[in-house]
Amino acid sequence: MDNYPALIVIAPLLGAFFAGLAAWIEKRLSYPIALAALGLSLFSAVNVLMQVIASGTIQYRMAGWAPPMGIEYRIDLLNAMVLVLVSGIAFLNLIASYKSVIQETTDRAESFYVIYLLFCVGLLGVVATGDLFNLYVLIEITSLTSYTLIALGDRDRGPLAALNYIFIGVIGASFYLLGVGYLYIKTGSLNMMDVANILSGIQGSTTVLVAFFLCIIGVWIKMALFPLHVWLPNGYTYAPVAFSRVVAPLMTKVMVYVMIRLMISVFGYDYIFTELNLGQAVVWLGTIAVLAGSIMALSQKNLKKMLTYIIVAEIGYMVGGAWLANELGMTGAILHIVNDALMTFALFLAVGNIAYKIKSTDLANLKGLFGRMPWTMAGFVLAAFSIIGVPPTCGFFSKWYLVLGAFEAGAYHFAAALIFSSLICAVLFFKVFEICFFESRSNGHGDAHGHGDSHSTVIVEEAPISMLVVSGLVSISLIVAGLYSGTIVNTIILPFLR
Amino acid sequence: MVTMISIKPLLAVLVPLFVIPVLVSSSSKPNVRESWIFVSGTIVLALVLSMLPAVLAGKQLVLTLFEIAPGAALAFRVDGLGMLFALVASSLYIVTSIYSIGYMRGLNEHGQTRFVSFFALAISATIGAAFSANLLTLYLFYEILSLATYPLVAHHQDETSRISGRRYLTFILGTSIGLVLPAMIYCYHVTGTLEFSTAGIFSGQLSKPQATVLLLMFVFGFAKAGIMPFHTWLPAAMVAPTPVSALLHAVAVVKVGVFSIVRVMTGIFGVDLLADFNLGVVVMSIASVTILLGSCIALSQDELKRRLAYSTISQLSYIIFGVALLSPQGLLGGVIHIVMHAFGKITLFFCAGAIYVATGKKYISQMTGLGKKMPFTFTAFFIGALGVIGLPPAGGFYSKWNLILGTLEAQQTIFMVVLLVSSFLNAFYFLPIVYKAFFGKSEEEDGSPVKIQEANLCLVIPLIISAIISIVLFFYPTVFINLIKVGLNI
Repeated sequence: MDNYPALIVIAPLLGAFFAGLAAWIEKRLSYPIALAALGLSLFSAVNVLMQVIASGTIQYRMAGWAPPMGIEYRIDLLNAMVLVLVSGIAFLNLIASYKSVIQETTDRAESFYVIYLLFCVGLLGVVATGDLFNLYVLIEITSLTSYTLIALGDRDRGPLAALNYIFIGVIGASFYLLGVGYLYIKTGSLNMMDVANILSGIQGSTTVLVAFFLCIIGVWIKMALFPLHVWLPNGYTYAPVAFSRVVAPLMTKVMVYVMIRLMISVFGYDYIFTELNLGQAVVWLGTIAVLAGSIMALSQKNLKKMLTYIIVAEIGYMVGGAWLANELGMTGAILHIVNDALMTFALFLAVGNIAYKIKSTDLANLKGLFGRMPWTMAGFVLAAFSIIGVPPTCGFFSKWYLVLGAFEAGAYHFAAALIFSSLICAVLFFKVFEICFFESRSNGHGDAHGHGDSHSTVIVEEAPISMLVVSGLVSISLIVAGLYSGTIVNTIILPFLR
Repeated sequence: MVTMISIKPLLAVLVPLFVIPVLVSSSSKPNVRESWIFVSGTIVLALVLSMLPAVLAGKQLVLTLFEIAPGAALAFRVDGLGMLFALVASSLYIVTSIYSIGYMRGLNEHGQTRFVSFFALAISATIGAAFSANLLTLYLFYEILSLATYPLVAHHQDETSRISGRRYLTFILGTSIGLVLPAMIYCYHVTGTLEFSTAGIFSGQLSKPQATVLLLMFVFGFAKAGIMPFHTWLPAAMVAPTPVSALLHAVAVVKVGVFSIVRVMTGIFGVDLLADFNLGVVVMSIASVTILLGSCIALSQDELKRRLAYSTISQLSYIIFGVALLSPQGLLGGVIHIVMHAFGKITLFFCAGAIYVATGKKYISQMTGLGKKMPFTFTAFFIGALGVIGLPPAGGFYSKWNLILGTLEAQQTIFMVVLLVSSFLNAFYFLPIVYKAFFGKSEEEDGSPVKIQEANLCLVIPLIISAIISIVLFFYPTVFINLIKVGLNI
């Protein structure tokens, strides 16, 4: 079918409409509608990926309008892969969310589904589109929906976190929009391909320079590159868990995708690395982000918040890798988009299970968790190992490419930061494991001495099966993705880069 | 070199792995659970043995699973060296399993299913490390082993084991991520391969300073080998139940560390490159310091398991010392010490555990006169000690003999002195224990004839078996010698 590219985005859009409608007529229908819409979206995305691998880039014209006037969806190997990733995670999260949405937003579950679907529309659209202005619109859709969803979370701190996010988010979006405006002045076009062609002739232009910086800084704000990250930790921590599970792995990764897209398909390597020679400076930014994120994570007392700082560090990985100006670094950055999305998702799924059962994610409340929630913790441990970078989990292999790229570029500081961050992550996670393993819940840790009886009384209280299955599946996918990272690199990333 | 594709190395890794769910599901029936361990242990040993004739005939069994990057795949290759190590680990796994039953049930330990499951995972990783075809695969199994051992070290879940577990991870994980990982990626960056080969992977890309730094990163980075100053995790890890100390911290884990260093020296750098840059002496000096200091500290320990731990630290460096001699005799003596020390030291640990279960005694000063109550245990202890010191009729004689010949061959007289001094120290810290046990008088004694009070059979039989093997190895070391000759082309 030729319309799959459109269907990826249209399906959740229509889904949102019908789910909203259903909320008036028959509330129970909203959830199945949402599930079906995202399922269809995932199905289309997989089809598109197969098609792109088999026969190359797809150019899809919305409503038949020819570019540069009409909106073009341009799907090559990179965004085909990211589309599968986004729709897959959105779909799986919805499965896991059924119970936790009811628990957290009792009377507003239907509105949650509607806004959730719109959020997915935004993300998927951002990835699929080949039009700079359309990109802005879709980014705004994702942002507006996330403000709403964050505000739905923690009753005390959610709205404030959302407000904070709005202020910074709007600034970021305005930067980007302004940049696109400058580009339009100079080129008269909004289609990425078209703009790229025109730009290659006018590289010396100051307008283009300003446009470039505006766009990139806008995107950096949106992806929470340190020190532009301040909105992220609170926003993601106080959101409802069903939403933080999807926004944490996807939002920042999609913005990294946008950055790479702008670098490769709009401004071009030549302009960035030869004309402006920005590589080294930005790799330093990445290095600092990695270090700062890891160190800030160390001081957190809440598991969810600790993970959000790890996201800040991971952003540094990808930014640094992409700006190393060599194929290995870019391969690592792109591979890390996939891997980091999967492992962050796995971590937040585990956190979701914990929040569902324990009703808290403060580290102090996680005592004895290995005994109480063994399956959840197994998933959590695997995901943690992936973040630390233990083979054969996928986190190791993207780190492998990133460090190789850093060596090739002579950016030893970046390699050192990556290694350092692995060590810090090991400390972080083993701190959590220690609490969950050594301290028993009821009697504090004075009691842990006795053998036999005191340990056998632990009662397993696991999360609902739907949440466990998703969490298990995603955790196993970390190993599968790791073992097949050679395949991913050879069939998708390298052909895309060459 | 004749190679043939075989699925056996993969199976040997997977069998203990796949038996874990079975162990977990039969956790309420300990006897069923334990029999599964034997079944899987026997299958692994059978698989390893079935590959032995081919390897002895000079063939290599290979299997590539996943091509991660060109020249860096997840792949197995069974050669002489790997076979030697796998043989030791898989045969001692079965012996230790018997011992485990006696020990864990004898002390009524909690979490036995968790214990045996992670034990199986650790064995799987050990076999995987033995059969690794390249540094990437080796690193993978090395890391899995580190992490699988953590719950075993911290088994008691009390404050002491928490601190020990933390120290264990800090050293093991800290060095492997902080030193080995960058060194490995750098090797790949320079050469584009990580495949082990006796000629080494470098062909003139490294200057001497670079080679020195890289080598040191590997030698210190594989901290499981216990080279000082990264050794303190090993005495700390002695809080673990004794079967863990016996199999993992005298054989599997520590020797994976040594094995990795041997692999890097012989397979990544290559003996010739090390000789050209004169790096053997550097490593030998580092190893000598550990040998001597380890022995000295062992002398001062009163807790038996800690004395054994420091002895292990010192003995592990013998192996590295031998390989760093870079001469055929030295390589032979060093690598065969992997086998000899394994059987000797595991016997000693078995004895320590048996004494603890039977009498609750942990300190050497409490063991005076105990030999009359536990004659089998202390006889086995004596044989194990002979093996570690390197006296006939125990197999350890063979490795010490070759090591000393190796120093003469390489004309390193000073280093020969190191070996001799350390051997004296070994004798000093082991033999008095045996002497006092048999001939000393304990305070409880009242002159009446002492009854034999050995620990239960599950504990005594394994230590007798491993003691007997220690002696057998003195007379029949041929299989292992041939494996080393095949593996290292000497």
